Formats: sequence, structure tokens, C-alpha cells
Amino acid sequence: MFVDSHTHMISRTTDDYERMAAAGVVACIEPAFWLGQPRTHVGTYIDYLSMICGFERFRAGQFGLRHYCTIGLNSKEANNEELAEAVMEILPRYALKEGVVAIGEIGYDEQTALEDKYYRLQLELAKELHLPVMVHTPHRDKRQGTLRSMAVALEHKLDPSWVVIDHNNEETVRDVLDRGFWAAFSIYPFTKMGNERMVEIVKNYGAERIFCDSACDWGVSDPLAVPKTAELMRRAQIPEEHIRKVTYENPLAAYGKSGQIKEEDWLNPPSIDQRTLYMGNSVLRGGQSPRIDEGKRGVDDNLKIS
Amino acid sequence: MANAGIAALELLRAWVARTVPNEGGSWFEQQIALMFSGPTEKQLYIALGYAIRRLGKQDLDLNSEDLVAASTARPGWNPSDWSVDQAARLSFVLASDNDDGARFKARLEQLFRTADIGELITFYRGLPLYPHPRLHVARAREGARSAMQPIFEAVAHRNPYPMEEFDENAWNHMVLKALFVGSKLDPIQGLDRRSNPALMRMLCDYAHERWAAGRPVSPELWRCVGPHADRDAIVDLKQVLKTGTVVEQQAAALALQASSLPAAREALAEAPDLAKHAAAGEPGWAALAEAS
Ligand SMILES: [Zn+2]
Repeated sequence: MFVDSHTHMISRTTDDYERMAAAGVVACIEPAFWLGQPRTHVGTYIDYLSMICGFERFRAGQFGLRHYCTIGLNSKEANNEELAEAVMEILPRYALKEGVVAIGEIGYDEQTALEDKYYRLQLELAKELHLPVMVHTPHRDKRQGTLRSMAVALEHKLDPSWVVIDHNNEETVRDVLDRGFWAAFSIYPFTKMGNERMVEIVKNYGAERIFCDSACDWGVSDPLAVPKTAELMRRAQIPEEHIRKVTYENPLAAYGKSGQIKEEDWLNPPSIDQRTLYMGNSVLRGGQSPRIDEGKRGVDDNLKIS
Repeated sequence: MANAGIAALELLRAWVARTVPNEGGSWFEQQIALMFSGPTEKQLYIALGYAIRRLGKQDLDLNSEDLVAASTARPGWNPSDWSVDQAARLSFVLASDNDDGARFKARLEQLFRTADIGELITFYRGLPLYPHPRLHVARAREGARSAMQPIFEAVAHRNPYPMEEFDENAWNHMVLKALFVGSKLDPIQGLDRRSNPALMRMLCDYAHERWAAGRPVSPELWRCVGPHADRDAIVDLKQVLKTGTVVEQQAAALALQASSLPAAREALAEAPDLAKHAAAGEPGWAALAEAS
């Protein structure tokens, strides 16, 4: 079983859902983000947030995946002050929805004053609502941006064990782990972070507070990144319990602090969900324990993402 | 609040209290008191937001006495498959009603607009309990258009609202949509009472579309065809009676039995065994729905 803790499923096809389910992904988390193009009205933001905790959750359930989301104002759109103010008004309303596992993905893009303002306000909101935080670290000026994200979170007295720093690489992982934060790695095709590099990271740093995700979205990305990386780790003789932590237990522990994602959700879902929302993972029906070699099913031999 | 709403709220409160004793239960009662006192919008959505966190989402597990009480409080109300969070959330919505229909509707619309999927199901299930029922027709029709089957069924199944408030066009499209999305017809309240010639025609045309595509037709479809069958429909039913699966044949026989046309009786005479059972009302539409 795998948890993919960073997926923008609204831009993925039903084929992706089928392949993910076949490969053993039981749950995915959809962070609120931009859409590749900035929104210009709060109304479209409202519909987007309703979509990720509405129709997309339903769609995932049809394919046997449990779907969760994070709620937040992303760093890019934080630069539109009028929009940002209006979005901040409505966030509390969504942050308590069922299956919202964190405030996120928030943080810095170009590290502007407005990004900083809304990052801080949302850290406070997370504290107030007892929710974990998913931090999107910038793709440019990554190391400084990552250090700053953590410094500001600590300045606002967030417990680092409630904060996931996402999109790490070899240059940031040590700082993140040393400060007690969770270190997530998005496996991207092309340059940013391939899954062979991920294997090396687990070899070097072990599996404590480390996990990987696909960050699949509307760009070139691979929704099977987590199962593929698991299989690659297996072939590299990484211990089974480390693989399980990096691809399942750690994201569950980090986002599980919200109380909104638990193993029972897919192993033994509430009756009301079985009747309405969740078509179930046939592999897991009837309380069977999942197959150990599940990761191999549905994942072709082309495992490397680089 | 109208009397039905008050009686329903009393029942909902008792069922929540029974299902969630202790801390969750006292939190619930505090929120109810707050809702009665005229809450701010923020207080209402915080209560709604925390409902699952505080109370869980286990089934209410209502017994037959409860269901009798429900249909006494509000004729047609059938909460047999409701969960505790649904009961609690609707209690909050009902308790916050201050007899101002327009304001209640505006608030409800706002809740629908920012609802997650569980809340959508809940708020649609609540339709028969809201004051000023006529004000919510457009909203109910929106739910019956949903691409999400559980939302559609929250309006269409075990819910007296559509049979009471939908006009013929809305009704017919709801029934047709049920077949389209693979929902059963039997849990639709008033299915027989609201059947009509226009629906009969839509359904027969739909059956022909399915046949042309080589796809099966739900035996339940014929239930709304029989009482209004015209000559063409009788031809269709005769065909099903001859060549259908066992369940389809039983459905066709029941449908023909419901028709007063002489052609229907002639058709039945050609299948005496099926006709005999159909005359006795066997196996019945509920059983056919179960079997299909
Ligand atoms: Zn993302």
C-alpha cells in the first residue's frame, strides 16, 4: 500500500487513477495550489476549493482511492493582494472540511513581501485550527527559500513535527531534518528530483521523517512515482521497513496529526462512506491484508524517473 | 419553524444523543442551544465543520419505531440510512431557522456553495425538512442534475421532496437520469403516482437507444411504462416478454398487467405462466429492483 501525499488529481485522467489503484496507491492528498495560470476572482477560488473537497474526492472514490486535500493560498497568487485578502476570508470555512489534512501548499515563490505576509497569516491559521502545514519550497533560490520558510515557521512557534517541507533535494534535506521538520521529496521527471536520487537519499539519511510523493499535476509528471520509487528502493536492497516508512507510514503520520486521515479510512471505512462515496479497493475488501508485492502490479519495467 | 420541522428536529436530537453519549453529546447540545439563539454565520459553519470531528460518522441505526416516528413527524421522511453527522448537521441547520424564509434560503444556498461532498449529501437529504419547501425547488433540481451519483441519490432516493415539488419535466428527467447513471428506481418515492405519458415515451425511446447500442435495459424501466403504455409501447413490452431475461420478462408482464389496453391483455395471454404471476403482483417491483 502507498500514500501519495502530493497530487493535483484535478488535472489527471481516469487512466491515472486506474493505474495508481492497480499499483497499490490507496490514498492521495491534493494540495490547494494555482492552476498553471493565476485566478483573478475569489469566486473561482471558492469553486476550486469546493471542487477539490467535492467532485475530485468523489471521482477518486470511484477508482478505489481515498482522496484528501490541503487548503491554502499559494505563494504565486499571494502576490495579487486584492485576491489574497478575499481568499484569506474564506479559508477558515474550508479548513475544517472533512478530509482536510493541512494548511497548504503555502510558502514562498519569489520571496516577496506579500508572499511573506500571507505565509505568516496562514501559519497562524494552522496553529489556531490545529492543522499540520504543507510548505511548498521555491523552485528558484531553493536553499535560501527553504531556510527562510523554516525560520519563519519557528518564529511563529510552530512545532516542526507538524510541518512538512516539500520539494526537497540533496541541498536542503540535511537542514530540514536537523531542525525537526518532515522532509518530503517530489519525484519529478527531468532534473529536479529523480527517483534514483531518492534512493540515494534514503540510503544516506535513512527513513526517519523522510517521504516521497509524485507532485503530479498538469505538467510532465508521473502519478506512479511513489510505487516506482518503492520498487527501485527494493531493488537497491533498502530494508522493507524503510520503504514502507518513506512511501506510506511517514506521510500518514505527518498528515495524520490532523485527525483527518487514518488507515481505517481504506482498510475499514465507515458504512456511510461505503454506501455513498468509496467504491473500495477490491484488493483490500473483506478485511484481507494487502499483498506484499503489490507495488509491482501495474508498474511497468521502466521504473526510473530522471 | 413549521411543525414538521420542529418534530423532526426533536427526533434528530434524540437520535444524536443516543448515538453519541458523553462529551460529543454535550458538545452537540451546546451547539444546538447556540443555534436556537440566532448564531452568526461563522458560528453556524464552525458547528457544521466540527460535526464529524466531534461526533464521528457512524450510522444512526434506526429501528422500526424510529422510522414510524419519522414518517409521523414528516410524512414520507425516511432517514433509515442516515449517519450521526448528517443528523447533527441538519439539526444545526433547522435550529438556526428563524422563520424568515428568504433568509433561511440565502443561508442554505451559501452552505451548499461551499459544501464538501459529505455536506452536499447531507443538505440534499434534508430537503423534506426545510421550511418553505417551495423555495428550494431550483436547488433540488441542481442536485438531481449532479454528475455525482451519491448526490443525485440524496435527492432522488428515499426522499419525498421531488414527488411533492417537482413539475412533470423535472420529475421525468430525474427518473430518466436515474436509469442513465445506474441508480435504482424503486427507492424513488411516488414513482407510480407520478408516472405519466410523457415519461412513458421518454423511457421507451431510451430503451430503443440502449437496444441499438447493444446494451441492456433495466427491467425497472417498464414500471413507469405500463400504466401509460400506448400501442408502440405494447409492441416493445411484447418483445421483452418474448426475448428478455427472466427478470426482464417478469418486469414486462407486470407492466402489461398495469395497462388497460386490450392489446396488453392479448400479449399476456400468450405467456400464461408469466401472466399468472403478474396478476398476483409477483414478484413485485421491489423484488425486481433487487434482482436487477
Ligand atoms: Zn503541488
